[in-house]
Amino acid sequence: MSGVEDKFVIEPERYELSAAPMHQFELARRDFFKILGAGIAVFAIAKDAVALQETAPGHRSFHNEEWPRDINAWVHIGEDGGVTGFTGKAEIGQNARTELAQTIADELRVPFESVRMVMADTALTPFDAGTFGSRTTPTITPQLRRVAAAARDILVKAAAKEWNVAPAGLNAAEGKVTDPASSRSLKYAELARGKALAQNLPAEDPITPATQWTITGKAVPKVDGRAFVTGRHQYTPDLRPAGMLHGKVLRPSSFGATLTAYDDSAAKAMTGVFVVRDGDFVGVAAASVHEAQTALDAIHAQWKEVPQISNKEIFSYLKQNAAAKTDDRFRKQKGSVEEGLAGAAHRLDATYNVAYIAHAPLEPRAAVAQWTDGKLTVWTGTQRPFANRDELADVFHLPESSVRVIVPDTGSAYGGKHTSDAAIEAARLARAAGRPVKVVWTREEEFTWAYFRPAGVIEINSGISGDGTLTAWDFHNYHSGASGIETPYVVANQRTEYHPVRLILRSGSYRGLAATANHFARETHMDALGRMANVDPLDLRLKNLSDPRLRAVLEAAAKSFGWPRKKTQEGQGFGVACGYEKGSYVATFAEVAVDKKSDAVRVVRMVEAFECGAIVNPDGLRNQVAGAMIQGLGGALFEAIEFENGRIKNPHFSTYRVPRFRDVPEIETILLDRKDIPSAGAGETPIMAVAPAVGNAIFDATSIRLNNLPMVPNGLRSV
Amino acid sequence: MAKPIELEVNGKRYPVNYPADTPLLYVLRDELGLTGSKYGCGEGQCGACTVLIGGAPRRSCQIPVSAAAAKPITTIEGLEKDGRLNPVQQTFLDAGAFQCAYCTSGMIMSSVGLLQTNPNPSQAEIVQFLQGNVCRCGTHLRIIEAVRQAAKMMQEHGR
Repeated sequence: MSGVEDKFVIEPERYELSAAPMHQFELARRDFFKILGAGIAVFAIAKDAVALQETAPGHRSFHNEEWPRDINAWVHIGEDGGVTGFTGKAEIGQNARTELAQTIADELRVPFESVRMVMADTALTPFDAGTFGSRTTPTITPQLRRVAAAARDILVKAAAKEWNVAPAGLNAAEGKVTDPASSRSLKYAELARGKALAQNLPAEDPITPATQWTITGKAVPKVDGRAFVTGRHQYTPDLRPAGMLHGKVLRPSSFGATLTAYDDSAAKAMTGVFVVRDGDFVGVAAASVHEAQTALDAIHAQWKEVPQISNKEIFSYLKQNAAAKTDDRFRKQKGSVEEGLAGAAHRLDATYNVAYIAHAPLEPRAAVAQWTDGKLTVWTGTQRPFANRDELADVFHLPESSVRVIVPDTGSAYGGKHTSDAAIEAARLARAAGRPVKVVWTREEEFTWAYFRPAGVIEINSGISGDGTLTAWDFHNYHSGASGIETPYVVANQRTEYHPVRLILRSGSYRGLAATANHFARETHMDALGRMANVDPLDLRLKNLSDPRLRAVLEAAAKSFGWPRKKTQEGQGFGVACGYEKGSYVATFAEVAVDKKSDAVRVVRMVEAFECGAIVNPDGLRNQVAGAMIQGLGGALFEAIEFENGRIKNPHFSTYRVPRFRDVPEIETILLDRKDIPSAGAGETPIMAVAPAVGNAIFDATSIRLNNLPMVPNGLRSV
Repeated sequence: MAKPIELEVNGKRYPVNYPADTPLLYVLRDELGLTGSKYGCGEGQCGACTVLIGGAPRRSCQIPVSAAAAKPITTIEGLEKDGRLNPVQQTFLDAGAFQCAYCTSGMIMSSVGLLQTNPNPSQAEIVQFLQGNVCRCGTHLRIIEAVRQAAKMMQEHGR
């Protein structure tokens, strides 16, 4: 095809569009107290394999590296008693800032209000690979807990030394150490005063078990809530450093188009306008957005376009252009699919298609760049500040130490803000202008030049016995990805393969990655198989599942939903789907109403049970779960990117339909709190079972089986 | 340069030198530094830029600055009075009716506008009124609840 995206490596997990660069953490211990002032600091060193994902993405080795390169969380207690936690993770609406502060407060035994988080600033926080993959909770909360426990230990020992007593008899609570024998107490502030005490994390720290949490596990309100409801919080597009200009970038007429004629003389003649042409980059900067746009419009450019396929042909293209070899990492074979099929009472061979969709974060890609004495600072809403820093260093031929990336709490991402596009654009313009420059992508740019959740084709050939036992499962995913590709059901004969296809549209991670597509195909297929064997959809799942955690969410949601339900109205239908991914478990039940006259589909009610181990913040979790369910309705019912010849045909909210208030059903979220299981992340899994639950409910209502996402972009009639 | 246009925003008067067709949103954000009103689409399709003009909720990305000169404008920054949040701000805060919160200013301004004309809206009326405001994080149900609570609070306090 066009060769537009040849430079991007296909990553089945699609967390990143390209290979991760090398990283180095350059803040030495002595500099730490210069920044923070005196006090007590404890660092965590990543040792275990889980933590290493945050420090060593890709295939890099961190052998023989000395501290502090792979520190990834720390806590500081200042002379005023203020506690500061540091992490390279970003706050993108998932409420990490709150849950991490809760974790520190809980373990250090200080009031929640005294903890402040410094996040996602490459000059101040430890290296982090990125805020993705539901990793913050399982990786950073235990690390912060361990550093906080170690800091508490230092404080207790300092008090013991002061009083010349044994530390074992002392209590730490409410920001002070108390000696019950003498009723003496010392505040943490007093203990930290005059000290510049740093300590690496001891190998083993006794951390507080979830059953004894006091601040963690509670519905603590989101940090900085007042700043959000008053409009005071400054997102990247709200920053206005002195002397700042506004930047605009000239976009090609279509993907892969090359410049054949160019004249910027009219733009250059405008007062106060900077025009930059550097290789294939063309951009302008001016005092206002209006002036920048006027200058951009004055540039005459002609483009040579390349023919490209459209969304109408995408699925046959993906199937025909799959790599000859499947990805070894995701190939799984057990028993004999052929034998399993031969022995089945019912067989089903079906194909499922999943369209490209856009993240459409309400805050579009944006960056403010400022150069000072050859050093670059960029504020940008990204999930990967350190990778952005390295990409900027690479593009501008700078050492990493000359680039700082700061992420203001960001107006959402959903996996869509990994790349440094706007940061590079703002930085290039700022260097030319000699002044800070802000670039904020328009909605059309966001819909066109960002990246998409990849389209995919999934084929399943399966067999089931007369009593509803799965006998064969042959599952093939083309292009969309390998996350959640494995069936959780017990099947003696199975084969699972992921077939990579070269990128057509620029594609990357999206909340849940391909788990949403794979769960849609699998759970839709299960429903159809169950109908063939005349087994109730819930019974079918329970019959073929052995995982007790998955069974538990199914049973909990079924109870609240009232499954099995009798239909009381025409057009009513009920559906169920379930799955697990990234250490968390979900079951979703849906009720739909199909209007016979208009064939319109309305989701009336959804009940979802979710279990992610010990719950850190039930209020934030409920928001994430319900949010994922609503977002999931978009991809399930009507979201799809339309494209032809390298152009996006619906790059606006008026033509790309996202869920709005009228689309939102009654929602019930059931959170199973497993204090005996380490906390897993919750940003992704709650979206996975929405589409198949709704699709199965539509079938229940209409006997129409919908195997393509989105299912009803123009109502049921057009299907 | 044309004659300055005079705007009244949050009770203060500002002369602004902008082309008459510049969207009000850019003047608020870039000239007056009132960045609480957000750019989300520039097409009046997402509601993130909603402000009150003469008390009525309007998409400031669609209003030319010249057309906004005649009536008083209220932005999210103008709702808090003497350190007291507007009831809608307070109930959004209490209900935790935001996640990334980028849509929140627009949601609040639309809701304030709704309650001014309909002090006791039904759920269906809230849904209908907020249909033009996009929340991508899926916080809709808490937003609806916050608006209901604000209506209740305003009736109880006779505001």
